Amino acid sequence: MAVMDYVRERFMPHIWCPGCGHGTIMNNLVRAIESLGLKKSEIVMVTGIGCSSRISGYLDFHTLHTIHGRALAFATGVKLARPELTLIVPMGDGDALAIGGNHFLHAARRNIDITAIIMNNSIYGMTGGQFSPLSGYGKTATTAPYGNIYESFDIVQLAKAAGASFVGRTTTYHVTSMMEMIEEAIRHKGFSVVEILTQCPTYFGRKNKVGDAVDMLNYYKDHTVPIGSDKKKENPALIERGVFVREERAEYCEEYEKTVKRAEKGG
Amino acid sequence: MGDHLIFVQGNEACVEAALYAGLGFFAGYPITPSTEIAELLSLRLPQRGGKFIQMEDEIASMCAIIGASLTGLKSMTATSGPGFSLKQEAIGYAIMTEVPCVVVSVMRGGPSTGLPTKVSQGDVMQARWGTHGDHAVIALTASNHQDLFAITVEAFNLAETYRTPVILLFDEVIGHMREKLIVPEPGEIPLVQRLRTSVREGTDYHPYLPREDGRLPMSDFGGVHRYNVTGLMHDMWGFPTDNPQVAYGLMRHLFDKIEGHVTEIARMKEFFLDDAETVLISYGSAARSALHVVENRRARGERMGLLELQTLWPFPSGAVRERCNQAKFVVVVEMNMGQILLEVKKAVDDPERVFLANRIDGTFISPTDIRNILRVIQGKGV
Repeated sequence: MAVMDYVRERFMPHIWCPGCGHGTIMNNLVRAIESLGLKKSEIVMVTGIGCSSRISGYLDFHTLHTIHGRALAFATGVKLARPELTLIVPMGDGDALAIGGNHFLHAARRNIDITAIIMNNSIYGMTGGQFSPLSGYGKTATTAPYGNIYESFDIVQLAKAAGASFVGRTTTYHVTSMMEMIEEAIRHKGFSVVEILTQCPTYFGRKNKVGDAVDMLNYYKDHTVPIGSDKKKENPALIERGVFVREERAEYCEEYEKTVKRAEKGG
Repeated sequence: MGDHLIFVQGNEACVEAALYAGLGFFAGYPITPSTEIAELLSLRLPQRGGKFIQMEDEIASMCAIIGASLTGLKSMTATSGPGFSLKQEAIGYAIMTEVPCVVVSVMRGGPSTGLPTKVSQGDVMQARWGTHGDHAVIALTASNHQDLFAITVEAFNLAETYRTPVILLFDEVIGHMREKLIVPEPGEIPLVQRLRTSVREGTDYHPYLPREDGRLPMSDFGGVHRYNVTGLMHDMWGFPTDNPQVAYGLMRHLFDKIEGHVTEIARMKEFFLDDAETVLISYGSAARSALHVVENRRARGERMGLLELQTLWPFPSGAVRERCNQAKFVVVVEMNMGQILLEVKKAVDDPERVFLANRIDGTFISPTDIRNILRVIQGKGV
């Protein structure tokens, strides 16, 4: 199938700004799904609120655009009700880790077979550029005019500690590895987390004077390295990308089926 | 019959009824005084291959049942006071997206943490207006376990018929009180199954295009029709729009499908109303004390009757007006500051005749409490 076979052309053009990285993620997500040979009717995509969440409307799957921060809770209901379906949950960084932080931790703890894609643009874009839990210390946002005084979460460490059995990080510059990582994350049985650094030139870029979309993509190229790179030893500020966790562990819906078998036998 | 006669708490009766109605999915979070519902379903649902999940919080539980319902399973959650507050945003989402589900709220004393183990009926208006935005809602209640069983099955039937969340607004006394329940035979109470689309694969399916009768046939997530569900104002494909005409049409549809069927949705019980000069109006556990007073007064020849409401929302204003038009006094008996009182005053021709008999201290309103208030209302002194 061609990529456009997965897109609801009726609902184009999309609402994302020129230079936004989210379209790149949508493109690679669709290519990953195509490469896996999944049928469109086997996929349920659940999103929350924000720029990221609009991705579900544009794609021809069963799509559920929910409320802010709760996409994983809705997805958990769908998955437990119909475990044979493939659940993909794209979220923004504020959506997944501020308002939705607790659902993220518990979905990871359950190791439920859902693929969470965190489109991390370090800002609340839809509402006009407020700082998020991933903005970074010293960055400027419309609610941090004197500089952000919070440290960021490390999504990889958070997911790992909470029990996610697949955890990876990539960027919108590294499109080939992004597609491969999404593909592996969907194929992985268990809770998979893929953090994708994605540029928001409109708000994060302008507020922090880091240039346009091309400059931001070049930043991802120059400031990230593969896991275990020697460059990281020389410059600890570099961000590692790659697959950090890849484990086979008991998956929630399979464990639930065992519970049903025990219950049917009478405990 | 012996096998079907059980002695249970109201919360247990609710579980029996939900299973009878075909419950397939339950998500919940521990909270007093509704926890027994989750406990019992964690035991019973897996035995029949159903799905039970204890979520990380009240919000997640509400979201999970909406997700599960979209795949075609009859879904329910149960909560109380603070938990009911937390669920409100997602209840609004289920209203907007027209996803059938049942939300049990066993009322306890509020506001805030309030009186977690004591009775109240303080969440009646919250059930009506708890979530933001204009909307219509169905909320039902019951005063004894046999009725609670039937009303719980009815909640599932109405949820599927009108594609909307239905709130079961019980109270702590009903939830925890033990009395007998005769579980009906299968088939004794009719069950409504979800209306599913007959549109074939490959043909354009419009998930949000109502039929002439206002009903919207559904397609299960995972089935042949792929469509969008969103809490945004949406068109017949479920895609976001801010077109004023479409927005108006959807608002009217969401409102009319419920408020336009008040008579069909109204459930109530009448006791000695034909010649009643004093009409008590009550619901839930308070109606038990009200009925006790009415029966005693009738035995003494006083023309007193009781209208027991089982449908609280949409409020059956027409029926209430009709039952009250001959009365000298209308007395609303409830355990709050007068929430249904306001609706009764709006419904009747002469609101000056409508009085409140209430208790708000976490203590169950007794027949004596009602009698004392009646003496004042009827001008017989304290």
